[in-house]
Amino acid sequence: MSAGIDLENVCCDFGTFRAVDNANVSIKPGEFFSFLGPSGCGKTTILRMVSGFIEPTAGAIKIGGKDVKGTRPNQRPTALIFQNLALFPLMPIWENISFGLEVRGVDKATRRKKAEDLLKLVDLPGAADKMVSQLSGGQKQRVAIARALAVEPSVMLLDEPLSALDLKLRQHMRAELRAIQKRTGVTFIYITHDQGEALAMSDRVGVMSQGRIQQIAAPRDIYDNPVNGFVASFVGENNIFEGDVGPVADGMASLTGPHGAFRARITPEAQGKALKLYVRPEHTRLSKTAAPENSVEMEVTEVAFEGAFISVHGLAAGGKRLQAEVKNDGVTQAPGVGEKVFATFDAARALLLPDANVRG
Amino acid sequence: MEDLIRRYGTGLTAVFCLLVAFWILVLVILPNFAMFEQSFRPYLPVVEIGGPKDVYGFANYGKIFANPVETTWFGIPVTIPIHINTFLLTVFYSALVTLMTLIFAYPLAYFLAKIASPRSIPTLLLLLFIPMWVSEALRAFAWYIILTFNGPLNALLKALGVIDQGIRWQNGVFTSYDAIVIVLTYCYVLFMLFPIYTAITSLDTNQIEAAEDLGSPWWRTHWRVVIPHAKPGIASGCVMVFMLSAGSLLVPTVVGSTKANWFPQTIYTWFNDALDWNTGAAYSMIFLLVCIFFVILTMRLFKVKLSDIAK
Ligand SMILES: Nc1ncnc2c1ncn2[C@@H]1O[C@H](COP(=O)(O)OP(=O)(O)OP(=O)(O)O)[C@@H](O)[C@H]1O
Ligand SMILES: [Mg+2]
Repeated sequence: MSAGIDLENVCCDFGTFRAVDNANVSIKPGEFFSFLGPSGCGKTTILRMVSGFIEPTAGAIKIGGKDVKGTRPNQRPTALIFQNLALFPLMPIWENISFGLEVRGVDKATRRKKAEDLLKLVDLPGAADKMVSQLSGGQKQRVAIARALAVEPSVMLLDEPLSALDLKLRQHMRAELRAIQKRTGVTFIYITHDQGEALAMSDRVGVMSQGRIQQIAAPRDIYDNPVNGFVASFVGENNIFEGDVGPVADGMASLTGPHGAFRARITPEAQGKALKLYVRPEHTRLSKTAAPENSVEMEVTEVAFEGAFISVHGLAAGGKRLQAEVKNDGVTQAPGVGEKVFATFDAARALLLPDANVRG
Repeated sequence: MEDLIRRYGTGLTAVFCLLVAFWILVLVILPNFAMFEQSFRPYLPVVEIGGPKDVYGFANYGKIFANPVETTWFGIPVTIPIHINTFLLTVFYSALVTLMTLIFAYPLAYFLAKIASPRSIPTLLLLLFIPMWVSEALRAFAWYIILTFNGPLNALLKALGVIDQGIRWQNGVFTSYDAIVIVLTYCYVLFMLFPIYTAITSLDTNQIEAAEDLGSPWWRTHWRVVIPHAKPGIASGCVMVFMLSAGSLLVPTVVGSTKANWFPQTIYTWFNDALDWNTGAAYSMIFLLVCIFFVILTMRLFKVKLSDIAK
């Protein structure tokens, strides 16, 4: 029932502005795939091209292996959930959900039955005869999902559907969406600018910046092995060091800069480019004495209690900001403000990365 | 009220209230009431006004049932009082004008609201408005010229080879009311356009796209999503065009054929030619009440509430 989606060298121009630049991605049937990126990077544009509201300027989009060029949105096996949901406020809930079936000429009794079944699926029984305005944000959300599922699409396209909800509800709906996806086996393409959401829900994530797909990988890989500085920074915090890269040996290289010499991992793709060293705060340890390798002295400027961990900010020589996380395990002591400590990290946890892959 | 006083002070609030009261009482209620009162009194020579013959009665209203004539409605012969005949035809053709303006205005309003690029909207609206700056009388005369036997419309059609004989538009091709319907449609189409345009503009474009995404063909999207949303605008446009058309005196007088009588012309004849203001007032009252009744009935039929129209 579910279908795969292939984007092959897809570009989209608005006048002289290139909103999507040479996108290549192959999404497998039944996969939960997320596009993650900052505002204006072209996520919605990709979704609108897949659903058929915009034709790509160049390249091909294939749904289930078939090129859909020229196919109108009402002929495509996709269902789009809009960022603002776009429910029909003048129809009762059950007609909203069964609108797609009404279009297909299904009789009223069957439609009603199907709508009620779907309302059960999204855990909203008994809402059939209510109006849209009588529902809460989360309930509207579920109706939108039910309405999209009613047409039994091969692909569900979701455009930041949870962005309007409060944190608690958002977390609940994440799990709910994931469960619905598993139950129905439909391919989900999910758009978000919230990296936590993308990492928690998806089978794979495509990170975008300025119209370009930077990296496509499983959430864990995105976080642990980002391909460039943009991806590393977008999905989490980093301590970043600049410097000159030395010779490569065994996938490791040295970086020498104003804060000393460090050793870190380097990928074959990154070699030969201008690189910086990225290491995550949770991989940065604090100690009173310097370690033999990858150690920088800093003065603690701020200690923020975050619950599960304590975030320690400091300044190294030359005003460089550094950040470390100390586990709140009852054993480790966080340093006080004004103390001088050494920030240390493992070479295996640090990465030498180029900047974002952009035009020009 | 208290809010007004707090904001503008007692003096200014009193002025506001007096102005509104003046408008409603002196400019709306008083003249209508005077007409209402007049309509029940007989038409008498000046010296007898206030005399023993000046008593209230329904005689003026009864006059509409006088003078039965034989005529045909779309081929069916009927015998009907002449003024009632005019009345019914006026209501019928006003409804037709309303329908015609709706047919023209809805697609145009949809185009302006959802398809035209936002940059071209001011220009397009201006182009639509310019004809409104010319007085209705001039526009009616312009159409009179366009529709005359040796006028530009016939010349154009002949030049294009559509017809070889000129058409007597004013006498009517389908009915003797053709010219009136055409010109009224032209004159009042914008009164239909703007309420619908405003209504459609407020529709979220995503809803139209959502319908299409769910597989809906364009006509169903209009039927189920756009039209229900635009219904209050359509209703207020219809009420306006219907009332304006039914009440138009100028257009039927200028472009109407001798066989096409419009009810306001009948009322005008009572006032102006017969100088019988009392019967004229009675006819006006009947016309007003029946038109309001017709509008309310239609609104009921299409399930539109009065409050929707006021929006
Ligand atoms: N119809 C259009 N005409 C011109 N430019 C457009 C159009 N639609 C989008 N753009 C531009 O294309 C770029 C990408 O837009 P898009 O809506 O895909 O962003 P997005 O990633 O969905 O952002 P957000 O997270 O804010 O929704 C933006 O810079 C936007 O200004
Ligand atoms: Mg978007």
